Amino acid sequence: MSEHNQVLQELGLDVALHDEMLASVDRTFGQTVGAQTGRPEGMAYFDSALHAAHGGRVAELVDLKKNGTKTVGTFCIYVPEELAMAANTVPVALCGGTQFSIPYAEKRFPRDICPLVKSTLGLAFSKTCPYGPLKSMAVGETTCDAKKKTWEILAGKVNFHVMELPQKKDQLDIDLWRNAVYEFKDKLESLSGTKVEVENLGTAIKVMNAKRRALQRLAELRKADPPPISGLDALVVMQAALNDEPVRFTAALDRLHAELEERMARGFSPLPEGAQRVMFAGCPAVMGNWKVHALVEQSGAVIVADESCTGSRYFENLIDETARDLAGQVDAIADRYMKINCACFTPNQERIDSIVEKAREYGVKGVVQYVLQTCHGYNVEAMRVEAALKKAEIPSIKIVTDYSEEDAGQLRTRIEAFVEQLS
Amino acid sequence: MLEDGRLVDAEIVDTGTDPLARVRELLAGLGHDPGSGRGTGSCPAPVVATGYGRHLVRARLGFPVITEIRAHALGASMLFPGCRTVIDIGGQDSKVVRVENSRQTDFEMNDRCAAGTGRFLEVMAATLGYGIDEFGSMALDAREPAAISSMCTVFSESEVVSLIARGVDKHSIALGLHESIVLRLLALVGRVGAEPEVVLTGGVALNPCIRMLLEKKLCVRLNVPEQPQIAGALGAALSVADRGKPA
Repeated sequence: MSEHNQVLQELGLDVALHDEMLASVDRTFGQTVGAQTGRPEGMAYFDSALHAAHGGRVAELVDLKKNGTKTVGTFCIYVPEELAMAANTVPVALCGGTQFSIPYAEKRFPRDICPLVKSTLGLAFSKTCPYGPLKSMAVGETTCDAKKKTWEILAGKVNFHVMELPQKKDQLDIDLWRNAVYEFKDKLESLSGTKVEVENLGTAIKVMNAKRRALQRLAELRKADPPPISGLDALVVMQAALNDEPVRFTAALDRLHAELEERMARGFSPLPEGAQRVMFAGCPAVMGNWKVHALVEQSGAVIVADESCTGSRYFENLIDETARDLAGQVDAIADRYMKINCACFTPNQERIDSIVEKAREYGVKGVVQYVLQTCHGYNVEAMRVEAALKKAEIPSIKIVTDYSEEDAGQLRTRIEAFVEQLS
Repeated sequence: MLEDGRLVDAEIVDTGTDPLARVRELLAGLGHDPGSGRGTGSCPAPVVATGYGRHLVRARLGFPVITEIRAHALGASMLFPGCRTVIDIGGQDSKVVRVENSRQTDFEMNDRCAAGTGRFLEVMAATLGYGIDEFGSMALDAREPAAISSMCTVFSESEVVSLIARGVDKHSIALGLHESIVLRLLALVGRVGAEPEVVLTGGVALNPCIRMLLEKKLCVRLNVPEQPQIAGALGAALSVADRGKPA
């Protein structure tokens, strides 16, 4: 048994099944991301960061755990990473993007909940998620019904904390969210024994803002016509962002930017000439899930912007760094996260306006609205988004799907016809 | 096959389980030899692939592809120049395409399941012991439709079995099934609208009961090509008809 599998076995994983699961992810990766040509050399880092999510990164966190640094599992980009870092814990996203694990969740959970929740649970139930046993605390949030009820079931088995995210953005809601952020800080402190203070929090804010700036710069480079990078590769960068060590990640991203700028200077683009510029908007596409991005780009379009949790929602808006006391810093954190426009809010005009604005800013010909099957928020909100885009004379198509391949034929036809319509 | 933009020959075969072999046979009948890949064979005229196997044909034989949505828009517009809406009910999916100047401007298509498609009718006809060719006229013989609440192929099948067990008239069940598929189609049509002239394409257009119900519910007259199954192939051929012969 390899040294790494030894580590996994010590974590209590089903090593053979874990190998099978990774092989299935590798296969999908090879057919989508790996099948592209003209990829930037700098992508090698992010490809390996994705693989390291089940390899090197796990070993790193096991070592950190031995030295007393705790890992905190999260399921949503509303959970402030800065606080976890300041409290000397490591936040790691636990969202599953693999079809492979879903049957393991369906053995116990209802089939008609979203694939992201099912895949995440399936990884845990099948003992193929190294972060499950690794984490010292899991942090849920109240963004959707399937998640809320799932937390209740998981809470009995692990140290589980739930942040209450409000449903509206009025003052009462802002106050509630600030309280939730404070409560999270207290939880982290009692977990790690490290006090969150002006200095360590200030450092964490700077680290995360630097990471956000780097991601914003990548988004900026994708505005170029033609873009120097495919939407699939930009997605891989985003997926890596959710698990990788932030300082190392930012440095690697800066190196990628330099390469992309050099490509732009000599007029090189990996995309076919005349590829239609398209924006992706809606649900996240986490590690393992390259389905719709690949279909869109294999149909002769290029995704130049992602309005999703694996896109702009993750890196837009910096945290105000000018606060000089802890209360000011924590409020600044709460305020930044409150600006994320998730479809769980009502009303949600800010998101609708921002999609139209982005579509213009990135010069897209059309928008692909992506809805994970049974995600009612994004599915119903898509109607208002479509209407707003129509008014702005921007065509859009809504794709409702899960992680399986059973609808690949129909989706390919629909997406190709949409791209044909744009040209 | 087109000559000077006119349809000169058409052949319809089942795709079966080896679509590449079917394509080679069809092409051989027209004097084409696609060879084993790009440029290795001899084809006297350009060939375009459309439909579910199009990418297989492109990968193996090197022919260009267009989606069946664009193909049906082109084909229906040639057959009925005033065409503004195409309703295509195929074996695997059904689609409604809005058309302007032979090009699609908007479309809706059922996703993933076989509800509302020719496959649904095939399975249901078999369950009732009818041939697919007689299913529509048998349904038209019914005095009143049986209520079918499910649109899902799997659930409808069990619903049909229980209706048979209750002694409900087979014709009524057949009519109920046709109404169910039309109801499903109406939801699709409702999303993009059905501006006249409306053209019905795909093999299901041969079914008189579907035609009657759709015309009644949509309050429009449907134009049905003589061979509605080939509208997509015709459109695919038209998409390169003006590009001349390949070198």
